[in-house]
Amino acid sequence: MKEKLLEINNLTVHYVVENEVVQAVNNVSITLNRGETLGLVGETGAGKTTLALSILRLLPDPPGRIADGEIIFNGKDLLKCSDKEMRKIRGEKISMIFQDPMTSLNPVLTVGEQISEMIRLHRKVSRTESTRLAVEALESVGIPGERYLEYPHQFSGGMKQRVVIAIALACNPELLIADEPTTALDVTIQAQVLNLMMNLKKEKNTSLILITHDLGVVAETCDKVAIVYAGEIVEYGTLEHIFNNPSHPYTVGLFGCIPNLYQDVKRLKPIPGMMPNPTDLPVGCNFFERCSSRMDCCKEKKPATIEVEPGHLVKCFMAGEELTGR
Amino acid sequence: MKSEDTKKRSYSMWKDVWKRLKRNKTAMFGLFLLILVILGAIFAGVIAPEGYDAQNLRERFMKPCASHIFGTDQYGRDIFARVLYGARISLRVGFSAVLLSVTVGTVIGACAAYYGKYIDNILMRFIDIWMSLPSILLAISVMAALGSSINNLVIAIAISSIPGHARIVRSAVLSVKNQEFIEAAISNGASDFRIITRYILPNCLAPIIVQATMSVAKAILSASSLSFIGLGVQQPVPEWGAMLSAGRTYIRDYPWIITFPGLAIMITIYGINLFGDGLRDALDPRLKN
Repeated sequence: MKEKLLEINNLTVHYVVENEVVQAVNNVSITLNRGETLGLVGETGAGKTTLALSILRLLPDPPGRIADGEIIFNGKDLLKCSDKEMRKIRGEKISMIFQDPMTSLNPVLTVGEQISEMIRLHRKVSRTESTRLAVEALESVGIPGERYLEYPHQFSGGMKQRVVIAIALACNPELLIADEPTTALDVTIQAQVLNLMMNLKKEKNTSLILITHDLGVVAETCDKVAIVYAGEIVEYGTLEHIFNNPSHPYTVGLFGCIPNLYQDVKRLKPIPGMMPNPTDLPVGCNFFERCSSRMDCCKEKKPATIEVEPGHLVKCFMAGEELTGR
Repeated sequence: MKSEDTKKRSYSMWKDVWKRLKRNKTAMFGLFLLILVILGAIFAGVIAPEGYDAQNLRERFMKPCASHIFGTDQYGRDIFARVLYGARISLRVGFSAVLLSVTVGTVIGACAAYYGKYIDNILMRFIDIWMSLPSILLAISVMAALGSSINNLVIAIAISSIPGHARIVRSAVLSVKNQEFIEAAISNGASDFRIITRYILPNCLAPIIVQATMSVAKAILSASSLSFIGLGVQQPVPEWGAMLSAGRTYIRDYPWIITFPGLAIMITIYGINLFGDGLRDALDPRLKN
């Protein structure tokens, strides 16, 4: 039996802006076991980053507010922790990698200093020891230890992201949240950075939440996948469930947007329309407007979550039936 | 092991700054002027053993000559000696007032900007009120309340220049605060204090240093204006500003009485500005080459 590391139950996050409520995350539930990788996939503005930030309680407040739900990490509800406890958890138990490595390093400290500071922050070690550990951490991400004394602006984008990874993993966190870690990098570097992350993760048995909109990346790295649409998880399952048996029309639509090696298609099929305005979500299914297989009942009622096969959850009235249209 | 090596080198960050500073010729010239003035202040007793208050009424209003290279004033005191001794007071007042006001201003500005919301509101409205008081009036009331001594002079000048510093630091912190590496630092579990001191303030150094070097000049001048109305340094202790105001009656006939203290102020401030500019560049690792 795998050990449960993170459990999110019915998380709801709102941004309150000038009398308007942006429903960024609605009733999201996720479980993650130790050592597993979860991919959060969805288009921009779907609430993926908001979800990730709320795990670390880093939401800008105001306007962000966690309206409901619980985030249980190692048996402890993070939403009930004091700020001081939270600070201990951040970096030591859960760390985060941000999207843009160009701006996520402090320009006035050497990279080595930033890593060793992180180590000293969470462990009682001497300066010499933390320097040694920092050099080790740099070398573990494939950067020669001599570059300890260089400043971030002397590194390329890919190298900076490696440094960010080294910082995030310096204290052997149990959970790593990577928010589109490869989006700002070019394709060849993407593969390197992803491989590096996956190797380190395996080595240290870290769980990983990978936020991305690249299904290719998900296929390479993840054990479980959650498809996020308008702040909801519309489909959730193992990699095989999602890739071999996509059951929500949105998931099917996403796959329709990727070129296929084995089929000769003239044009890709984008999903028509836009995501609903999060300040004014429809009464019925959020995906109704864009769905190619919608029915009348979709407009009036939100579909419930249905378990189509063990561990494969879908939020659609059609779930389990053969999808039409595509 | 390599890490031993890196450790030694990481302690030499200041050496690095110094190396970069050395390459900057204007900064070195500024430092040279500054050191010259400081040495003059330290060794005033050796260079001018007769002291700043030795009067010789037979030698009043002497032009600069071999025995009195800056000439003498209305009491026949050697102006060169008075300028040297005056450096002690002026430098002390200038630097300590700026140090005090920059420190307090930085703390207030950084707290206001970093914590935002109502803390920002309360602190900045307080600063607004503070700023609306004429600084000379503020300094006069402080001096009147505390009595006149050099330390109180420093406090009075510092208090009146705190709000300016607080504002500048606040705006600098605001521009750095929302950058991603701050968020990254928070997500790594850094405390507020660490984020402010290690991540935000080092990135705001440029405007702080520029403002600080400029206010040294201002501090020396406000010290003189306070001395002028009799609240600062008392006669016969020489202070550059006080020497200026005392000599102003003779400006037509004996211009050297005010020229030399004026030149001393000018040279000091010029040196500080050049040096401060170079220091700012040297402290920024992005301009390393």
